[in-house]
Amino acid sequence: MINDGALQTERLAVGILSTGLTEIDRPVPAGEPPPLAPNADLKVIGRRTPRIDALAKVTGAARFTVDVKLPGMLHARILRSPVPHARIRAIDVSAAGRYPGVRAIEVIAASGDPSTAAIRYAGEPIVAIAATDASIAEAALGLIHVDYETLPFVVDFEQAREATAPLVYGDGEERRALQDEWILPYLPRNGNVQQAVSAGNRGDVESGLQQADVIVSGDFRTNVQTHCCLEPHGIVADWRPDGLTVYASTQFTAGVRATLAQEFDLPLHRVRVIVSAMGGGFGSKSSLRDYGRIAVRLSRRANAPVRLVLDRKEEQLDSGNRPGTWQRLRIGARQDGSLAAISLTSYGTAGVGTGAGVGNIAQALYTCPNFESAQYDVFVNAGPGSAMRGPGNTPGAFALEQTIDELAERLQLDPLKLRDGIDPSTVRREERRIGAERAGWNRRHAPGADAGPIKRGLGVAQSLWSANVQTNAACEVRLYRDGSVEILSSVQDIGTGIGTILAQVVAEELGLRPAQITVRIGDTEFPPGGPSYGSRTTASITPPARTAAYRVREMLFQQLAGKLGVPASTLFAHDGVISVRGETKPDISFCEAAAALRTDRISAVCSRQDDYMGFRHAAGPDAAMAHQDLGGVQFAEVAVDTETGIVRVERVVAVQDCGRPMNPLLIESQVQGGVLMGLSYALFEERVMDRHTGLMVNPNLEQYKVAGSRETPAIDVVVLENYQGQSATDAYGIAEPSNIATAPAIANAVYNAIGVRMRELPMTPARVLAALGKVPTLEHAS
Amino acid sequence: MAEIVVSVNGVDRTLRCEPQTTLAEALRGALELTGTKIACNRGACSACTVWLDGEPVCACMLLLADVGERSVTTIEGLADGNNLQPIQRAFIDYDAIQCGFCTPGLVMSCAALLKDTPHPTTEQIRTAIGGHLCRCGTYPHVIEATLAAAGGVAE
Repeated sequence: MINDGALQTERLAVGILSTGLTEIDRPVPAGEPPPLAPNADLKVIGRRTPRIDALAKVTGAARFTVDVKLPGMLHARILRSPVPHARIRAIDVSAAGRYPGVRAIEVIAASGDPSTAAIRYAGEPIVAIAATDASIAEAALGLIHVDYETLPFVVDFEQAREATAPLVYGDGEERRALQDEWILPYLPRNGNVQQAVSAGNRGDVESGLQQADVIVSGDFRTNVQTHCCLEPHGIVADWRPDGLTVYASTQFTAGVRATLAQEFDLPLHRVRVIVSAMGGGFGSKSSLRDYGRIAVRLSRRANAPVRLVLDRKEEQLDSGNRPGTWQRLRIGARQDGSLAAISLTSYGTAGVGTGAGVGNIAQALYTCPNFESAQYDVFVNAGPGSAMRGPGNTPGAFALEQTIDELAERLQLDPLKLRDGIDPSTVRREERRIGAERAGWNRRHAPGADAGPIKRGLGVAQSLWSANVQTNAACEVRLYRDGSVEILSSVQDIGTGIGTILAQVVAEELGLRPAQITVRIGDTEFPPGGPSYGSRTTASITPPARTAAYRVREMLFQQLAGKLGVPASTLFAHDGVISVRGETKPDISFCEAAAALRTDRISAVCSRQDDYMGFRHAAGPDAAMAHQDLGGVQFAEVAVDTETGIVRVERVVAVQDCGRPMNPLLIESQVQGGVLMGLSYALFEERVMDRHTGLMVNPNLEQYKVAGSRETPAIDVVVLENYQGQSATDAYGIAEPSNIATAPAIANAVYNAIGVRMRELPMTPARVLAALGKVPTLEHAS
Repeated sequence: MAEIVVSVNGVDRTLRCEPQTTLAEALRGALELTGTKIACNRGACSACTVWLDGEPVCACMLLLADVGERSVTTIEGLADGNNLQPIQRAFIDYDAIQCGFCTPGLVMSCAALLKDTPHPTTEQIRTAIGGHLCRCGTYPHVIEATLAAAGGVAE
């Protein structure tokens, strides 16, 4: 849909439902559907609707990428470096090439080429082999001889900062042959430390601190967390003379297509990327990645489809991770609680990659005239990091929200009262109010007040995340003469349930039930949907879905009106029928009405228009940030056993917002998942590197600890209805905001329980006992 | 290669396999029952849970050759034709599903629990699924769904 820039004024109900909606008049692009009523007045949107693919998922019928089987399909395995840092002197693959069943070999880390001969982490790909069977490929890998010149390495990012540390990237060494561009070093380096990134600096921090009545400061450490998607990263690549088809476990079909077209010099229409069911990504499946490139090369070479699926060890070593950080935060405030200055320095490591900053939460969450930050990436010999659920702001919140908690105590203010004064968001103000009531905040006692060895505590923390929108996002709605309806888009359902939400949107507009809508997504043959990262899917694809359904309905009404001899404007669709307003004509069933179409099928393709009031800023050519006020306030209640050091989270109250909640059942699932991933980050998860061998000690799922059912607390999810009158659906995201506040809320609760602040993640029994002075302090793991 | 007969979902299936072939690999490979998922391949996540004579086991930790006379039930064999088990219905209604990759294993464990313990407590459910890893974090809804399927009241 292209609109000509004409505007019409619409009356919209805006505001937070629980504090009251107000009606405003706002110019809206002509051609937009009429404003959508609040959820209470809708039939399908806003209802707890089970997901449309649930039946397939509980019967084993859902088809994931790892389940794809093509005729003549080969199986690939990758030889990965057993050492953390080396130069490859020579590689001999001749014996592997002679092994029966081997069909293609790709040497990735070629000797002789300085850009590819350097190995910088254990687990880095060296050679890939495609064979008729995975066990044959595996056996053939064993026949490859690699002559490694091993080099000094560093895996601890604090050691890596030392002047004498081995260099991960030598002078003039910039990049490997593969690897996604965005993770490569791009700023000048001093040793292993890349030049700092600073954003949002304002005012004068030193004079701000001088004016402060109270200054709190602290050093914080956060752990490297790995994604642990249950479905491994995997791809089936099918290179043919007439084009390339790829089945990929991906968060972004259209993005993978664009990358493949560019890198393999193919026109976009000759590349097709498909994903049906997708077994979790959390940021790590946002792009093609090296294994994807390797599979396509092998398929091209072997002239056959190639399946490449990582095993669990490869997942842990080389599928991305949330970078570890060290942060020093100083906050000055006046006696009334107003902030005078915030100063932040961070060093983080994304292994051989970049992107280890701590986000913009310290910069943007609270009103403060003076702010400065310097965020440094430190390179170590470990697998590259990648985006992970609320990247940056999740480790950033751990430091910021504990420091704010400490500030409140120093000022003898209630932490919620303090925030009421410094947080400009009316959304979070309401979330604090609701959460405090639910969590029983008024029974919170002084730190360490419980008698006896088990001490309970209550803590609160806030999140900050952008309302992101992909403008390069479109979908098509089709109506057939038999009354069947389809929605088509390349957008993928990574487990959030976007397919279900699309069915709800179309059903609402056409007066049908979601089950009557056929959802065809996850295929780049359809209009390009946006990515499923940055909590932007619902915000990006539901407005064009509604607009397309609206346009199809208008077309149907036009044709039907002629037959009925009434103006099209008197027709309305509801409950599976079409009625004529103000007349006593009988209702016509939706199917009967569709039978009146001149052609077998009508359709409309619509793309994401700008938010009605515009975006705050563009984010490249394909995306934008609508606003930065996606909130979220979480309260945690913990019990700390001061004899064993075990922290038990007993309850979390998560009060979140996402604009218009489209499906509270699925939102509840998302928020519970965000809280659990945050709890797991807070208490259990830690990539442990052995600084003597440079290897990951726990590259599995039994020693890399993830929270399970026994660690799951009661999770009380409250979602605001926050209408902003900005798009055809007014919906935004929830996945990441629900993850950011959990770890600091737990840490603040632990402080409230034991009166000692935990500044390092994860809060293991050993660290808790050390903080209590019962055992010696641990050496820092990297 | 040896020829092995194994009873899967009530049907005797004959297949040729290598000695090292696991039950999980045989189900997903030759038998084309891909509802059983492999996520860790070493018994740490329970995604591959199937029943062996009605008891939940990790199919990745069992050699096909060791199945013997015991009957195997997979997620595909749980429903009676189109009639879902109550636990499957409850997983749908309570959204005990996100990405769905660990779901077949969780369904098998919860169904086994209900078979032996028709009215489990929340603690019994937590224990029954204690070995399952769900990265999406569906545990609260899985517990609700299991209580509901047992006719109890979801907390």
